[in-house]
Amino acid sequence: MKEFAYERATDVRDALIAADGGARYLGGGTNLVDLMKEGVEAPTRLVDVRQLPLAGVSEAPDGGLVIGATTTNSDLAAHPEVRRRYPALSQAVLAGASGQLRNMATVGGNLLQRTRCAYFTAQVCNKRVPGTGCPAIAGEHHNHAILGWTRNCVATHPSDMAVAMLAFDAVVRYEMLDGPGEIPLAEFYPPVGDTPHCETALPPGALITAVVLPGSAVSPRSRYRKVRERASYAFATVSIAAGLDLDEGSVRIALGGVASRPWRARTAEAFLLDAPLTAEAFRAAADAELAAAEPLPGNGYKVRLAGNLIETVLKELQP
Amino acid sequence: MTNHHRSVISLQVNGVPHRLSVDNRTTLLDALREDIGHTGPKKGCDHGQCGACTVLLDGRRVVSCLTLAVAAEGAEITTAEGLAGDGELLPLQQAFIRLDGFQCGYCTSGQLCSAVGMLAEHTAGWPSAATADVSPDGPAPVLDAAEVRERMSGNLCRCGAYPSIVRAVLETAAQKETEG
Repeated sequence: MKEFAYERATDVRDALIAADGGARYLGGGTNLVDLMKEGVEAPTRLVDVRQLPLAGVSEAPDGGLVIGATTTNSDLAAHPEVRRRYPALSQAVLAGASGQLRNMATVGGNLLQRTRCAYFTAQVCNKRVPGTGCPAIAGEHHNHAILGWTRNCVATHPSDMAVAMLAFDAVVRYEMLDGPGEIPLAEFYPPVGDTPHCETALPPGALITAVVLPGSAVSPRSRYRKVRERASYAFATVSIAAGLDLDEGSVRIALGGVASRPWRARTAEAFLLDAPLTAEAFRAAADAELAAAEPLPGNGYKVRLAGNLIETVLKELQP
Repeated sequence: MTNHHRSVISLQVNGVPHRLSVDNRTTLLDALREDIGHTGPKKGCDHGQCGACTVLLDGRRVVSCLTLAVAAEGAEITTAEGLAGDGELLPLQQAFIRLDGFQCGYCTSGQLCSAVGMLAEHTAGWPSAATADVSPDGPAPVLDAAEVRERMSGNLCRCGAYPSIVRAVLETAAQKETEG
């Protein structure tokens, strides 16, 4: 690990000033510290943000919730209002990592975690140094992307939490030295395109302060389901967050483990706007969404798996 | 001249205050083992994947290998050495011995610290991925074998003592329940 200076901030402005000119913010460190050990990350300065007054879940004026960026994953998943009004979010967080890691990891850090593509940590690739190629495409890619990938990178985004937040139209709030800003989570992770090293739309130096969950008629009847290679403590092969509003007959669907970012299944959602909520329609909606899938030789199973998950979980959400 | 790559930190470890100067790169695990001399927390994978380094930090279980010592400034740490405060082993520790909750023992101190933290989480009403309904309005999750396996999944045992570990944790939880 490279040497670094360490500073603990107790005030958002102090954190922004301390990080000005290049530093990494340290939350729980569960991904960043590990990547520093591997040499993938080599910050010269860490600004520890866990003492900032940003932890906690509070009510938003529109009936939604504001989740402070330094709230731990554990506290988020255990929060009664999250469990009551956004059960898929609680389930998504609980499906990720281990009890120990969830006690450490923060909400802001969870959004900024890096891919677990083994090539990314083991060797240089396009995500680390543009122009160095994507070894996974011709190599081991059984757990890689089937949607939205390019020849530049086929890695997936590892977060479970972000998949559920995307289904509920979450908005990321941040602060910069010249003021606050916000980005809908749907625009937070840019398409991989030819810039797989540009993973978020967060401006340089910006500090995530909160994630806002809008009040939602879809979220109370929602569910997260994750398929993985072990019974627990593994990243998703495919996961789904889905919500159903019986009054409006509308659904929200987001998938994990299928793309470089959490994948909102807007084609399937649009299909179901004009269709009765039947098993046949769920299957047809899944097929419509996955018509755009481009599986590699080793991960074609994910197309069928994602389709089965969409159909099954939507059926489970019906009364 | 100040060395910006080192820090002086205070830690309370098993009730004893320590003050030490650390390279900022030092993990809490290395500080506990190398600087303070508590070798209960073990270095298994050093990447947060095996749980052998689990300690309680301000009462919550964490992996000390991904915790920077400098970031633990001011924290109260409990390692396996500190679980039996008054010299008598915890019911959990006694259950591990009686039910063969270990073979080689390398993962055991992490398993014990993790189980202590996990039982407190369950007592606080936290759901897990094995909980069918996470609603706070329903019944509290009942700690059965499936719940224990899920909640303890961050602790690997290469000897495969899992069935006995699950039994030891369940027996301890049942005992706590009886004692109220």
